Amino acid sequence: MRSRLQHLPPAGAVAAVGVWVCYVSFTQRPADAFLFPRLISAVFVLLSSIMLVQAVSRRANPEGGLNRKQVANLLPGLAAILAHVFWAAKTLGFYTATTIAFFIVLSLYDPRSHKSSRVWARRVAVTAGFIAVLYCLFALLLRVHTPKGIFF
Amino acid sequence: MEFLGYFGAVFEPVSFLLLLGGTVGGLILGATPGLSPTMAVALLIPFTFHLQPAQGLILLGAAYTSTVAGGAVSAILLKIPGAPANIATTLDGHAMAAQGKGARALQLSFLASAVGGVTGVLLLIFLTPVLAQWALAFGPSHLFWLAILGVTVIGTLDGRSVIKGLLAGCIGLWLSTIGFDDILGAQRFVFHPVLGGGVNIIAALIGIFAIPQVIAVFAKGRHATGAEALRVRRHPIGRAIRELFSRVRALTIGTVTGSVIGLIPGIGGQIAGLVAYDQARKVSPEREKFGSGHSEGVIAAESANNAMVGPSLVPLLTLSIPGSPTAAVLLGGLLIHGIFPGADLFENHPRVAWTFINSMLVGQILMLFFGLYIAGLAARIAQAPQSAMAAIVLGLAIFGSYSVQNSIGDVYVMATLGIAMYFLERYGYPAAPLVLGLILGPIAEANFTQGSLIANASDGPLVYFLTGGLNAALIALVLLSVIYSVFTELRSRRAARGTAA
Repeated sequence: MRSRLQHLPPAGAVAAVGVWVCYVSFTQRPADAFLFPRLISAVFVLLSSIMLVQAVSRRANPEGGLNRKQVANLLPGLAAILAHVFWAAKTLGFYTATTIAFFIVLSLYDPRSHKSSRVWARRVAVTAGFIAVLYCLFALLLRVHTPKGIFF
Repeated sequence: MEFLGYFGAVFEPVSFLLLLGGTVGGLILGATPGLSPTMAVALLIPFTFHLQPAQGLILLGAAYTSTVAGGAVSAILLKIPGAPANIATTLDGHAMAAQGKGARALQLSFLASAVGGVTGVLLLIFLTPVLAQWALAFGPSHLFWLAILGVTVIGTLDGRSVIKGLLAGCIGLWLSTIGFDDILGAQRFVFHPVLGGGVNIIAALIGIFAIPQVIAVFAKGRHATGAEALRVRRHPIGRAIRELFSRVRALTIGTVTGSVIGLIPGIGGQIAGLVAYDQARKVSPEREKFGSGHSEGVIAAESANNAMVGPSLVPLLTLSIPGSPTAAVLLGGLLIHGIFPGADLFENHPRVAWTFINSMLVGQILMLFFGLYIAGLAARIAQAPQSAMAAIVLGLAIFGSYSVQNSIGDVYVMATLGIAMYFLERYGYPAAPLVLGLILGPIAEANFTQGSLIANASDGPLVYFLTGGLNAALIALVLLSVIYSVFTELRSRRAARGTAA
């Protein structure tokens, strides 16, 4: 998928945001509150249009981007972040959700064997240790009250 | 010599403990590949909320200084630069370690870092108050252009695509306008209730700098670093000190190069180290030994990237223009305590300003002392699996962003911006201008609005914003940075096409 064409979706998305910002800046009232956003959004739309033209005409720098393997690799971790932040943290409780997410990320991307019970035991110990440090730091030292959810 | 009166504040128990913790922690974080100084400072900002402003800045300053120096440990022992600033150190440092001279390379690296770092901080001490007084001459139109110059310089720095850099700056400026307008109280771009109070800078900084690095680890899959730390044999420190001063040419080149580059807004330690290394090689009578384990290479690179740290704060503390991405994060750390750079900082908050600057001077000595002793431990930590580092950073990012205002909305903002930034970065949109736009946006807007009111009562906005010597000079600098970067980009594209053909 690494080609000049793959720069088209991000350039299109940035241009769409620029057009939306510009539209809101020039249509919302009171106009005085949108003076500065109007200035920025005009530049935003101009630059994003140039970027879009470059992407459409395939003159964008072909460097960067993502290949299929990288996308496949990052999807489980990304899903863990999204589930943790947007659902589990509030529903299950901050510490429970973080424990689960930490263990999942640690295990999913650990290059060491998934068959060794010693490695699994070490992962559990590292997770427990990290959560204990987080609890001491945020709950006891900084007195941060996190959402408890149905667990903790 | 006003700064001498505030040295005692650095040695107050809490301040000194924070300095010690920041230095030791920073050395270990710096040695860990993938944890950049910018990310380390961003993750620490939530903790400074609970501290006095001077103490918070001591912690951030210590982490900034020592993460840059700590990156040399993994560069020398693992051949993996802890931070981009240590790339040049890898060239000769690892070769020395492979020849069994690892301890000598580490000692020279920390000694050179200390000399460069102290020189850089002295430059900060003597230049900043002078420039801060000069900044008093700035009116709203000048401050508006100065903020735009800050975003433009950093936006055009990454020569791969000037347009993408400027676009990232625009996105940052737009994000800074989300929420309530300060003067009329009107809601702007609030498309979700969590954005009612605007985008919290700290949550945004954590997301933009930490989450992309976590996802970058995910993208590599179950990937072992494959790096093996080389063993370190004992080496007398006295001999290393004598060797350092016998290589005074490399030390001077590194220190001067780093100091000058640090003063230029937007240019980071990565460039300072590489430029100093290149210059030291060019003038050395033993230039053929560079790259095969020559101590001058390590000395030049490390003195340069630490000499850059102090001067990179000069434009930040005087004109609000950060000298590096990490300095941009430090600006966020200042603003959350209600402290604005410039003359206000030195006139109304001299204790905060001088205690912070003095702590950086003391921090250089602590860094030298602890750097030599914990290098072995730092190298072992640097070998930990990247998955563990990713999980730890993720946990700290979530708790850190929540703790800013005890708001789950900030965690949503942090995660959303972080994930978006990963994909933007993959497609060439840099993070630094976006962050700077977010931080400087309120300053630019406040001065733009104030300037517009003055302009409406006098000769009109065009005359007010576009005429006058200082306005013209600042506009010329904005245009110059854009035109020069476009020219450089076109030239490198032409060269790349020529090579391909």
